[in-house]
Amino acid sequence: MKAMAQGFTRPRAPFWRPGVLLVMGALCCVGVASHPAMAASASALKAMQTQQIGIRNFAFAPATLSVPAGTRVVWTNQDEEPHVVTSAGSLFASSKGLDTGDSYAVTFSKPGTYAYYCSIHPMMVGTIIVR
Amino acid sequence: MQDNHDNEAGNRRQFLKCMAWAGAGTLWLMKGGVLRAQPFGDGALTASLADASFSFAQISDSHIGFHKEPNMDVVGTLRASVARVNAQAARPDFLLHTGDLTHLSKPEEFDTLAGVMQESHVRKVFYVPGEHDVIGDNGAEFFRRFGERQHAGGWYSFDHRGVHFVGLINVLNLKAGGLGSLGAEQLAWLKKDLAGLSAETPLVVFAHMPLWPLYPPWGWGTDDSAEAMSYLRWFGSVSVLNGHIHQIQQKVEGNITFYTARSTAYPQPAPGVGPGPGPMKEIAPGALHRYLGIRDVRHVRGRQALAVTEEVLP
Repeated sequence: MKAMAQGFTRPRAPFWRPGVLLVMGALCCVGVASHPAMAASASALKAMQTQQIGIRNFAFAPATLSVPAGTRVVWTNQDEEPHVVTSAGSLFASSKGLDTGDSYAVTFSKPGTYAYYCSIHPMMVGTIIVR
Repeated sequence: MQDNHDNEAGNRRQFLKCMAWAGAGTLWLMKGGVLRAQPFGDGALTASLADASFSFAQISDSHIGFHKEPNMDVVGTLRASVARVNAQAARPDFLLHTGDLTHLSKPEEFDTLAGVMQESHVRKVFYVPGEHDVIGDNGAEFFRRFGERQHAGGWYSFDHRGVHFVGLINVLNLKAGGLGSLGAEQLAWLKKDLAGLSAETPLVVFAHMPLWPLYPPWGWGTDDSAEAMSYLRWFGSVSVLNGHIHQIQQKVEGNITFYTARSTAYPQPAPGVGPGPGPMKEIAPGALHRYLGIRDVRHVRGRQALAVTEEVLP
């Protein structure tokens, strides 16, 4: 990195020499090989821990979602109509009224079956199964 | 009337100008339990006006706070509806708002609604909440501002010139997988409220969600409406007025006639048409007003029937 910074700050430096490019290329390759690999595993872990549920056409999609304990579930309202994510039996906190594009997240730490519905359109039902 | 400019302000101006013109309307005459439609301007309308003892107007689903296609100006269309009522030759005795005053139950939305309703020449407005008016607080804010305060549950009744009116709440305590709900407490009250009336008393019952299974897959119905209807069946003339579905649907069941009103904000598709009951977005410029409207109900003394006038925004 230090070499690259010098290359940029010195106008007269033979920066575009093939040799320098080679060094840069090698540095970049090292970078790709190490840090993004860690980032990839971190994002994979994060993806595993976060699951998305769409709300569209007055339905939760998917209607049933099975996840390991500790998963963060994010609902996003894609309808023009507002919706309210409400736990049947108050097992988790209800969302506020979700306008178009609004999201609501709940992290499920305990295994169990969590039925939920939209409190203003109660025919909309869904289930989270936490393993 | 057609205006295809991309300029939104221009469109809106044209739209409001369109609404200021005299427009088409439909008169619904209930005769022997059957509804007949007649256009405004027809001689029969004047005749039916002449023998009406009083009238009231219904406004529904104003959805203040909605700001998407097909209606970026729901305040403007509500205002136009109120102006239309003000322009009636015979002033209605009162207004009825059958719910979804607001889109998201926000205080500022309730403020705006109240402000526009104050433009009405008709002083008294009776309200029932829609499911959009009870988000987050089970209707506390709605009832504080617009409730009749007859009962803790928000339901109420009153008599007007020989007609018994009942306002019911069917948008609270909804159960997962269910439809609208009246609940045991309200049903017990309704039974008691009607107990002292003679069978000849005309009844008008109003609530936000349809009080008949109009289209349950889209939630258009009320779980325990059959129980309520069993209390109404003994009366000679019963009219049930609802909102919620943003279009006119009617049904006659013995002496009970059911009506749903148009919205002042945006139309919804016919039952089962399309993937869901969201707003109809693809409406030709200048055509929106044809889907919006108010309802004017005239009580015709002697026949114990109500002439229901449905009027689209001109």
